[in-house]
Amino acid sequence: MHRNGPIALLFHTLVVGFVLAPLVVICLVAFTPANTLTLPTTHVSLRWFAAVFDHPDFVASFFNSLWVAATAATIAVVLAVAAGLALDRYDFRGRAALNALFLSPLMIPHLVLGVALLRLFALIGATGSLVWLTAGHIVVVTPYVLRLVLAALSGLDRSAEQAAVTLGASGWIVFRRITVPMILPGITGGWLLAFINSFDELTMSIFITSPATVTLPVRMYMYATESIDPMMAAVSALMIAVTAAAMLLLDRIFGLDKILVGQG
Amino acid sequence: MNSARASTTPWLLAAPGALLFTALVLVPLGLTLILSFHVYDAASGVKDETTLAHYIATLSDGYFLNIFWRTLRLAALTTLICALIGAPEAYILSRMREPWRSIFLLAIIGPLLVSVVVRAFGWSMLLGPTGLVNEAFRAFGPGTVKILYTETAIVIALVHVMLPFMVIPVWTSLQKLDPMVEAAAWTLGASRFTALRRVVLPQVTMGILSGSLVVFGLSASAFAIPALLGGRRLKMAATLVYDEYMHELNWPLGAAIAILVLIINLVIMLAYQRVVEARARRTLG
Repeated sequence: MHRNGPIALLFHTLVVGFVLAPLVVICLVAFTPANTLTLPTTHVSLRWFAAVFDHPDFVASFFNSLWVAATAATIAVVLAVAAGLALDRYDFRGRAALNALFLSPLMIPHLVLGVALLRLFALIGATGSLVWLTAGHIVVVTPYVLRLVLAALSGLDRSAEQAAVTLGASGWIVFRRITVPMILPGITGGWLLAFINSFDELTMSIFITSPATVTLPVRMYMYATESIDPMMAAVSALMIAVTAAAMLLLDRIFGLDKILVGQG
Repeated sequence: MNSARASTTPWLLAAPGALLFTALVLVPLGLTLILSFHVYDAASGVKDETTLAHYIATLSDGYFLNIFWRTLRLAALTTLICALIGAPEAYILSRMREPWRSIFLLAIIGPLLVSVVVRAFGWSMLLGPTGLVNEAFRAFGPGTVKILYTETAIVIALVHVMLPFMVIPVWTSLQKLDPMVEAAAWTLGASRFTALRRVVLPQVTMGILSGSLVVFGLSASAFAIPALLGGRRLKMAATLVYDEYMHELNWPLGAAIAILVLIINLVIMLAYQRVVEARARRTLG
């Protein structure tokens, strides 16, 4: 291996500093005892974290986000595994079109999906319920799961499945006892990636949430456009903590570099 | 792949997803396209008559053209800066030893998973009049500089959000490059710069190109960054669509702009696929 020179390392330090700066600042400001956005100098305080829990709308939005993300990720996994099996195992007319349809949300800006769903929901009167918001999120996160499931399926050694069939196992038993355990890293990795993407989604959600279904990123956006106080930093720090926890879990299960690099 | 089995099975497996995607992607897009041709009247709302007025207005009115121009300009600038930072950074990362390589790769691409609202908020704290950047400016030089609510703030935050999308494809293409090839170039008398330019760069061109298209597409349709760091006056395409829908309530006009954003994105994606295919043919042939 060739070593990086001092200029390269300096460049690297600056880039890492640039990437981490806003996140670090948020996490520090969240602990400020002051009323304004300042770095804590003399002592730290948890008052702004306590303030978050005094805002029922933030707490409600957090649970909205949690529910939407968990439900959307779960349904996306079911859809993606079924679709993944069809796309990986069979050659049929319309296969390429189906593949393109399932991956299309990656190519359509969330802004456009948001206004399109707003129009549909307005026409059929589908507003004010988390169900419709979740349906929108399923569409956005399914492609991520599908990619991981397809990658897992294509790397699968099928001799175990064939052995089970030879031994008289039915199709369902083979799927449940052989196929699912073998692609489990892809499924759990896909679920977590879908969860994170749904939990963080803003641009589409901002068009299709109603006052009762506001998710946390939308609530934060609305709050940030009106007032800026250290509570915003506390909420952001909590978001970073949730994301970091999910990220570590992802890293353990699948290898984060594999998931994210595969995603590009 | 076995094509021998009954051809209904794959359709049954894919049907739930296909129906959902048809209902929630294709149908809404069709409805939006139709909506963009409808007449809008401030007093009575959307009318049943059709018109091209919204497209003509968006493509001829100076106010809209100005916003489109800003969107394309800032997206292009973001793409350029991401390429200038992201490609060398990916190269430096690829030359690191474990465990530093994995740690820093995670540090660079991990923020991808943090909500864009959070990152935008972080930058608004850093760049604001009392933020750290201005503290530094006051201490070491030019005094307070207005950065927040300028195009500079938008570009800085966009680069921050988009950088992983550049690092990832360049990193991927570097993984395919055998480091011994570069070493061979040195042994044969090439300078470090020549080896970089003639051996490494051609290998990562596709990575840079692919990253650039993703970064450009995402920047041109970015919403949270221009909304939170550009303020009310510095609009980009996405914030314009949001205003037309939520404040002006002129949905047909908003729909027309959204359709234009979609078309620009699809053209970029198709152009990208053409380039990839053409290149693949050249390498094979």
